[in-house]
Amino acid sequence: MDINMLNKKAVEVRIGIIEAIHNAGSGHPGGSLSSADITTALYFDIMNIDPKNPGMKGRDKCIFSKGHAGPAQLAAMALRGYFPIGEFTGTLRRIDSRFQGHPNIKIPGIEMSTGSLGQGFSAAGGMAMANKLDNDPGKIFAVLGDGELQEGLVWEAAMSAAHYKLDNLIAIVDHNGLQIDGRNDDVMTVNPIGEKFESFGWNYTVIDGHDMIAIHDALTMAKESKGKPMCIVAETIKGKGVSFMENQAGWHGKAPDDEQYARAMAELNAAKAALK
Amino acid sequence: MADKIATRQAYGEALVEIGKNNSNLVVMDADLSGSTKTSMFAKEFPERFFNMGIAEQNMYGAAAGLAISGKVVCASTFAIFAACKSFEIIRNSIGYTGANVKICASHAGITVGEDGASHQTFEDIALMRTIPGMTVVNPSDATATKKLLKQIVEMEGPCYFRIGRAAVPVFYSEDDEITLGKGKLIKEGSDVTIIATGIMVNEAYEAAGVLETEGISVRLIDIHTIKPIDSGIVIKAARETGAIVTAEEHSVIGGLGDAVAQVVVKNAPCPVAMVGQQDTFGESGKPDDLKKKYHMTSEDIIEAVRNIVRER
Repeated sequence: MDINMLNKKAVEVRIGIIEAIHNAGSGHPGGSLSSADITTALYFDIMNIDPKNPGMKGRDKCIFSKGHAGPAQLAAMALRGYFPIGEFTGTLRRIDSRFQGHPNIKIPGIEMSTGSLGQGFSAAGGMAMANKLDNDPGKIFAVLGDGELQEGLVWEAAMSAAHYKLDNLIAIVDHNGLQIDGRNDDVMTVNPIGEKFESFGWNYTVIDGHDMIAIHDALTMAKESKGKPMCIVAETIKGKGVSFMENQAGWHGKAPDDEQYARAMAELNAAKAALK
Repeated sequence: MADKIATRQAYGEALVEIGKNNSNLVVMDADLSGSTKTSMFAKEFPERFFNMGIAEQNMYGAAAGLAISGKVVCASTFAIFAACKSFEIIRNSIGYTGANVKICASHAGITVGEDGASHQTFEDIALMRTIPGMTVVNPSDATATKKLLKQIVEMEGPCYFRIGRAAVPVFYSEDDEITLGKGKLIKEGSDVTIIATGIMVNEAYEAAGVLETEGISVRLIDIHTIKPIDSGIVIKAARETGAIVTAEEHSVIGGLGDAVAQVVVKNAPCPVAMVGQQDTFGESGKPDDLKKKYHMTSEDIIEAVRNIVRER
């Protein structure tokens, strides 16, 4: 793995997120930015995929169960070559665009339509079951939000994944600690996350979700998991990479105005230049 | 028309028959496999059966994942937990994605009987009809159940398949042609048309016999596929008989009656009366007693026909 390249790609993913949400005039920058490093690692380091053949047999699949952070996934996919980045950043959330407000299965490479929390994770379990039936070596990576863990469906899915020994299913929880109405701890406590999954029959590990080496190591270990599904609790910062968005619940679902956009881009471009 | 068989029993047998030729068929249940009869498939093909426990929402979410991965999935539980409890998962993960999942829901309607109002579902057809791309099927007997299940498994896309708990007369013979999406003309008639679905087809058939003796010529149509509805057969009936009585083991709000009325109002306006659950919850009791109390018997159909003919 090339750490410098991955870190640079992660900045480019963040630039794509900000471009697209600014152009759209709406969207969810906070949770997209917090999951940008995880997403970059999946698409540029870990997953066995072919953008030229999105339906490739035996491929790994990434399901953004926290569908509101879809711009992170779409930006990574565009940079990986699934579709032109300009089409994504220029038409996200616009009428007649294939780039909907939340991930849509009609886009080649998007494996599941998500947006209603918990459902992507549940479907990911079904995909892992199908791969077991077919002896398909592909792994299923489900990216969840921490607030999403308040959905009962998540725990139904977690229970069945352990019951059916879905060691080909990997859950990555983007634990940025914030949700629309404020801190998880104020709205509805989700901690301890790893221990909850463990008590449901999963393995888990906790990592710094912005440390590319830690992400690489955890995902590589998760791919080798035997007999149990694996949960990676990624400790992240909501809005990561844009100073004024960091750790602000208010940036969960709000687009930057022109002035804020310019500041965000200046910061991200500087970060990119520093990685040269 | 001698034997009585529950449509759920026919469903279980049909799953096994289909499973023998279609290795792509996966069956799921939520701890009710003995009641929904998916246990028959589970016994025959254990590797392709998944009991998801008492977690219906995850069953339908996972069913979507299996289907999007290339499987055809029949996922069963009681109608109340399928259509009602899991509605939004079905809407987004199955309907919106067009996943090839067959939601095979048993124990619908008043004939659930003793379990009472918490389990008697009168809202499922209404809910499922509103989902774009969802095919909605309510077979009338064991023969129709088998014939239609084969067709919906072959069809690509989501489907709601409604089956019942109680043993009901086997109405059709093996030779009867029953085609998905096509209304079945059971009997010609010129004064009035009864359009029935599910177990009410048999009630309607008995009603038609009585009405004939009173000199009322009744046309009888089985609409097993409520969505997409066979508009042609409904419009023809409206034009040629000038009055329609619908009969369903479901709320008169949003079910077969509404589906027929929509076709009639747009194309050939005529009086329509609806026999079904009259916007009320059910209660515990024996299925036959409940059918009487909640007005879903051949007597109620006869009454509705007499009224509509008299008032015309």
